[in-house]
Amino acid sequence: MTEPASSGNSGIQQSCDEQASDERADGKQLGRRRALTILGAGGLLVSGSAGRTVSAATNASGPRSWREAGGGFSNYGTPSDDSRIIRWISAEPSSPGTGASWTPLHELEGSITPNGLHFERHHGGVPAIDADRWELRVDGAVRQVVHLDLDSLRQRPMHARFAFIECGGNSSSLWREQAVQAPAGWLHGLVSSGEWAGVPLFDLLEEAGLGSDAGWLIATGLDAAGVTVSLALDTLPADTMIALYRNGEPLRVEHGWPARLLVPGHEGICNVKWLGRLTVADRPAMSRFDTVSYTDLGRDGIATRFSRVMGVKSVITLPAVGDQLAVGLVAITGLAWSGAGRISRVEISVDGGNTWDDASLDGEPLDRTFIRFRFSWNRSRATPVMMQSRAHDDAGRVQPTRAALLGTHGPNHHYHYNAVLTLGIEADGRVVNVHA
Amino acid sequence: MHLSFAAACGLTLLVPMASADESASANADMSPLIFPPLIFADGSGLPPGSGNAREGTGLYQTQCARCHGRNGEGGRALELVGDRETLISAWPDRGIGVSWPYAPPLFDYIRRAMPPDSPYSLSVDDTYSIVARVLELNALVDADTTVDAAFLSSLVMPNNNGFKQAIE
Repeated sequence: MTEPASSGNSGIQQSCDEQASDERADGKQLGRRRALTILGAGGLLVSGSAGRTVSAATNASGPRSWREAGGGFSNYGTPSDDSRIIRWISAEPSSPGTGASWTPLHELEGSITPNGLHFERHHGGVPAIDADRWELRVDGAVRQVVHLDLDSLRQRPMHARFAFIECGGNSSSLWREQAVQAPAGWLHGLVSSGEWAGVPLFDLLEEAGLGSDAGWLIATGLDAAGVTVSLALDTLPADTMIALYRNGEPLRVEHGWPARLLVPGHEGICNVKWLGRLTVADRPAMSRFDTVSYTDLGRDGIATRFSRVMGVKSVITLPAVGDQLAVGLVAITGLAWSGAGRISRVEISVDGGNTWDDASLDGEPLDRTFIRFRFSWNRSRATPVMMQSRAHDDAGRVQPTRAALLGTHGPNHHYHYNAVLTLGIEADGRVVNVHA
Repeated sequence: MHLSFAAACGLTLLVPMASADESASANADMSPLIFPPLIFADGSGLPPGSGNAREGTGLYQTQCARCHGRNGEGGRALELVGDRETLISAWPDRGIGVSWPYAPPLFDYIRRAMPPDSPYSLSVDDTYSIVARVLELNALVDADTTVDAAFLSSLVMPNNNGFKQAIE
């Protein structure tokens, strides 16, 4: 009982891995995902059916890993060969900590973004925080200034929920006329989703005691960019939290450790990382991050401030740009989310938006969280088509067409691009991004 | 939500934040309890001190020009001078006169974030002088205009009316 059947299981697992690694050399020709498909199938074919000679007389047959003692434990675990699934980093050369890294949406499955692949957007690099000396301070128009160190925060009642975070500038290249040829993650990967745990913000504000003219909460990060964001208190979701954990483990250094603000459904900049101070005030600070950036320029030259809630959106992650589809069944999949609630429906069109069919959803959608959708399309003929997905949320919002979005906002909005996205499938099966 | 909650708790007492003085923030001790006052658009929180563009010209050349260009025309970093008329064009300019609606946050950002390889290193007076220089590049001050908390609080930026709010 002290040793559940782990050794036997790991032997089988290793043999599967070895089989897969033999096949993978061929799989590379086909693209990584197909290699993984073969990996899955290969696991069922271990017992010599893949062209190997099986000899009953010696132990020379069988998976090589059966004849080698397995490796040891590791304290934290090791990514598989697929650790080559990595983020793409677009940093400013003169300021290497400033820029963004993009979640490889087109290389991941399920609806949870691993901690190591969550997108990052830093304005002044990743600060070195001494957690032993770190404290969160709540001040301003409050009855009493509250300051809490990490231990005392961790001892308070917590709450966990799933939530996506999306940068306000995600998909911003789509505002431009030229369609960029890159797979989903490199265009739309400034969004990630997972489970966050922390202390409810309004519990802390209750302890501090809001003044009668308290209208705004101004969050200040401890990073070198002096990120400061003003949030209208009456627009903050009740489940806004001081997040301390993501996907079960303490926040990673890059994600704001030891604590960040989590405002589910609000654009990324509101989720201030390396949180140091929360100031209650009767007015916004109108910091650089409230005015110069994260404001949406309209066609009239007027910019809109405090447009915080992210739209309803879906992205097809597979097929991806660079794939070449055969004739036959094509497995379409992707992710949908909404800053205002739950995804209620995702539709797929393979005729440029003339007709739509419902995609299936992987379980019950959660509020302001990724849901994965799937659709099997029979590509019966080698003719060009335009493939799209369109999401609806339970707040009644529908993902707009590109024409509608650009018509409303003009081409310089820069932020909050959530229009229906279009993949062009060419006659030869090649997948490209197009504007439609 | 918060207002009803505040009312329910009967909280009407307004206590300003315990002010952390500037000398304390200069202490190498990075205790996060020590923060300079938060700077608001109306200039509250700006520290005592002053500068002018004449003093700021040399500072700008050594601290800012390599990324923002000798005269704020931009380079590796955004331009600091632009044309507001381009805001309705396909490629809108950026720049302080174009995109900053208030002057005090400009002091706050330059002081805390610039230059990126040595943030929060400029003295208060040097920051005021660099602010003065970039305002001069935008034809908003003269070389000898004294730029301080009172001046920045009263300066109406050219694009002050270039914003609307999604919420009030």
